[in-house]
Amino acid sequence: MKPSPMTEPAAISTRAAIPALWSDYLQLLKPRVMSLVVFTALTGFVCAGAPSNPLLTAVAILCIAVGAGASGALNMWFDADIDAKMRRTRGRPVPMGKVLGAEAATMGVVLSLFAVMLLGMTTNWLAAGMLAFTIFFYVVVYTMWLKRWTPQNIVIGGLAGALPPAIGWAAATGEAPLNAWLMVLIIFMWTPPHAWALALYTSEDYAKVGVPMMPVAKGAASTRKQIFLYSLLFTPICLAPAFTGLGGPSYLGVAAAGGLVFLLLAWRVFRSKAGDAPDERLDGEDRLYAVRAGAKDARNLFAFSILYLTLLFAALLGEHLLGVAPLELLK
Amino acid sequence: MTPETLERPRYDAEAFRKARSGRNIALGLGLVAFVVVVFLVTVIRMGANAAPHF
Repeated sequence: MKPSPMTEPAAISTRAAIPALWSDYLQLLKPRVMSLVVFTALTGFVCAGAPSNPLLTAVAILCIAVGAGASGALNMWFDADIDAKMRRTRGRPVPMGKVLGAEAATMGVVLSLFAVMLLGMTTNWLAAGMLAFTIFFYVVVYTMWLKRWTPQNIVIGGLAGALPPAIGWAAATGEAPLNAWLMVLIIFMWTPPHAWALALYTSEDYAKVGVPMMPVAKGAASTRKQIFLYSLLFTPICLAPAFTGLGGPSYLGVAAAGGLVFLLLAWRVFRSKAGDAPDERLDGEDRLYAVRAGAKDARNLFAFSILYLTLLFAALLGEHLLGVAPLELLK
Repeated sequence: MTPETLERPRYDAEAFRKARSGRNIALGLGLVAFVVVVFLVTVIRMGANAAPHF
């Protein structure tokens, strides 16, 4: 598809400016976020330990993934104005003019309804209700309300990303006991240090569009301190599953060793100058993502946070699939 | 929602037709998959509920 030399302003078009492929609609569902949701929801489902038909399990996980994707489409519809101005998001289908905002919104609503209804039919209405709540929380509470209003946006909004393991557990058993909420708590407490580490080296992007991420609203030093404080709370919580009959010895090993590394990296961020000042030798947008003094520590924490969460849930999933007995250190 | 200053290349009708055809096929496959999934889920769930009665 070679563009002709003629051009027109995309904003005055009443139709998409660029022909949208099916993959552009798939991109609206944020496939990378969906993959994390699938992984954590599947872990919750498997950890519940209830016998289940494999097809029903696959459909349940698919419904949770589609529900997460639908909320991503609604997020892209609502945030298209700021997405168009941020380097990280300006290539998304709506700001690119490939997909109309109304189409993204329609797709989000329709897929949300399908996902919730099918999950209810396939498993139970507790899981379906939790999925509906998660979509509502992410779209209305986080995207429409918190994101542009408070620096605590990702702290509170992180609940939406944390709920999939509990939905998976509820889908398997029809209930959500303490251990399901422990997995939710782990992701919930993981979100602030993870998101703020990223925000430390992309804060100019957020500042440009007026999103009050913590480094923008309270400054880099305050953010670095809060990252470390949240890490002090987060890492012991990761050990808790070994005490409540959820995690086994390999989980405990991963949680303890990874937790120490996490704390070390968070300490380095705290002691660094991450987010303080851009490199004056660079100009224009290159400054946004360029290597700066101290930013390396924030990037290391951001990267390791993803690895650590993945390993924690992989350990839980592996132990339950292999039938490794949990430790139950409290008994 | 897109900055008014941003200019986009104009594509010809054939490019839009090809893209629409691809989207229609994907949508069709999605709908067929949905029908199959609902059918299988119904059979499995009805089978599980009916089994105790036989």
